Amino acid sequence: MAEDRRGDAGDDRSAGDPVADAFADGPAFVPYLAVGDPDYESSLAYVEALAEGGADVIELGLPFSEPIAEGPTIQNAVARALEAGMTPTRFFEFVEELDVDVPLVCMTYYNLIYQYGNEQGPRPFVEKAASAGISGFVVPDLPAEEAGPLREACDEFGLHLISIVAPTTDEGRLEKLVEVSSGYVYVQARLGVTGASSSVSDRTGESLARLSDVDLPKAVGFGISSGEQAATIVEAGADGIIVGSALVDIVAEGHEGGEPTEAVADRLEATARELKRGALDGYGRRTPAPEGTSD
Amino acid sequence: MSSEGERSGTGGDGGQWVAAGDGKFGRYGGQYVPEALMPAIEELTDAYERYVLNNEDGFMDEFRRRIREFGGRPTPLQRADRLSERYDTEVYLKREDLLHGGAHKLNNALGQVLLAKYMGKERIIAETGAGQHGTATAMAAAHLDMPCEVYMGERDINRQRPNVFRMKINGSEVTQVTTGRGTLKEAISETMRDWATNVEDTHYVIGSVVGPHPFPKMVRDFQAVISEEAREQAIERTGDLPDSVVACAGGGSNTMGAFHEFVGDGSVDLFAVEAGGSSLAVDEEEGVAPNSASLSTGSEGVLHGARTKLLQDHDGQIVESHSVSSGLDYAGVGPELAYLVDEGRVTPVNVDDDAAIEGFHRLSQEEGIIPALESAHALAYLHEHHEELGDVTVVNVSGRGDKDLESVIEETTRRDVPNAPDMSMFEGGL
Repeated sequence: MAEDRRGDAGDDRSAGDPVADAFADGPAFVPYLAVGDPDYESSLAYVEALAEGGADVIELGLPFSEPIAEGPTIQNAVARALEAGMTPTRFFEFVEELDVDVPLVCMTYYNLIYQYGNEQGPRPFVEKAASAGISGFVVPDLPAEEAGPLREACDEFGLHLISIVAPTTDEGRLEKLVEVSSGYVYVQARLGVTGASSSVSDRTGESLARLSDVDLPKAVGFGISSGEQAATIVEAGADGIIVGSALVDIVAEGHEGGEPTEAVADRLEATARELKRGALDGYGRRTPAPEGTSD
Repeated sequence: MSSEGERSGTGGDGGQWVAAGDGKFGRYGGQYVPEALMPAIEELTDAYERYVLNNEDGFMDEFRRRIREFGGRPTPLQRADRLSERYDTEVYLKREDLLHGGAHKLNNALGQVLLAKYMGKERIIAETGAGQHGTATAMAAAHLDMPCEVYMGERDINRQRPNVFRMKINGSEVTQVTTGRGTLKEAISETMRDWATNVEDTHYVIGSVVGPHPFPKMVRDFQAVISEEAREQAIERTGDLPDSVVACAGGGSNTMGAFHEFVGDGSVDLFAVEAGGSSLAVDEEEGVAPNSASLSTGSEGVLHGARTKLLQDHDGQIVESHSVSSGLDYAGVGPELAYLVDEGRVTPVNVDDDAAIEGFHRLSQEEGIIPALESAHALAYLHEHHEELGDVTVVNVSGRGDKDLESVIEETTRRDVPNAPDMSMFEGGL
């Protein structure tokens, strides 16, 4: 499996990088939840349930008031979390309090990163994230053109900056993206905003083929909601699957139905298991067998 | 005065290559958008350079012809006789309310829809606050035979029904945005989501000098025709440059349009009048600013594709803005204006809702011009500060107020407006 491209930087990220390790043994299952949705305590239980269910990396959404890359499911989750009092400071408390043994990636929008602390710029946020136990960032409104200052801060504190590759990303842009990326590449399976979908876009295979020379794990997201979809995507060559809206839907239904936290957490764990199993099935279906041969 | 010192303007350059630059105005500007949109933004930057800056295929010639014949340019620079007498100064009104559609918005909408056509795009989307930009885009799309969908906040749809009708009558689809407070900020976010979904064949006509590069520069260039005309007309009428130019500022497109050609004229003072709403304070606890004065009270941040001055809380969450005028009700402002304010070239000022309503009635009664509530802010500033504006002042009347009549009836009847007519017969609406 691909090594972290920044692993040769001579720092302690090379060996034992938890993100690289997560992709080292077969396909990684990367779930997302908006932190603080619908409230702080439930959210802790939900994230821990995903870890129980087999998550290899967890993307923790730090809610921003203007989530322009999100569809209605995650927009509503973000609104619930903000309403319940989630802030960057509370987010870091949450990360410190979490009892999970998987690498955590912070997914948020640039303004929150930029404003944190007393000086403007990404450094204070990255420093705090590193000390709280965050391994990397996904920032949907930060294309390669604007990523320089955050990349620099990530390098200083040993964190990953995970870039999103869209179906519209061409070869020229891919080079720019790879330049600032580490950890893994978030392959956006289709155009549009986040949201569960009933079918898997056939543009996924195209995107993966375009990325074949990129020496970073490729995790596919946008629209995955079932184990069967996870299997199809891994079979097509993905190194991991990212699932957000389908899990956020479970949180939303539980909240609307007034269900107890444990019941919702159990369903999240069960769904996580199904998605992880799907990913493993897809890996097994690859022909020829992925061990040792290139497909 | 822009960071690159270029003065490209709307003229085209006779084939001389002009580059769009990096989209930065000092610390402001940039391209903070999802990766999926970046190829479209690169394509747009290329089209902006070729067609707008370098007049390739005679684009700017066609734009100029259409904005003259379809739009009705040039608009007059009218001496306001009674206001001049009242303030003992020369007041000139740049009559953008007389442009087709009733606002300066057509300059940009026609320019962008035509550009989309040159680029081979098949569909137009736009956001709108007060509905003036949506109306202008719907008209331009009908004129140039392009399908068009306009996103508008639920609250603004209720405040600005005449413009909703106008968009529909011109054949556009109007999509209601129900997230957040249902105003311009939410409409912009929702239009960006549509663009991210349909980016391959769709052009997003951003309605102001906001958003990712190249929009702030491109929209400014389409609007610069306002100051280009006003500058020539003022010299023709008075033999000299005006002492000051006053324009209201929401996102800032009429402001940049009215200022651009004067920026290099150091003797001309430029005043950007923001909506002071009911107070300049920000309630961080509630996430609300009862104003839209991001130049006067905002701080630097990143929203809707650009780094600029924003209304935000300590953490960087965007707060809800407020203005009696939907067209000014936005938590951000164009990055070039933010830059010109930092450089000391533009002075940010503001007037409150009460003064704007008074300004609306004053111009209607004294000059026979019903101004948009946006423009009424600029006229209210003139009223309060005419002594500081020098001997000759140009006020940009960015739009006409027909669209605001329902709001004006409601806002006038719920407060004590000294110069208002008796509105009691309209209670309950039009």
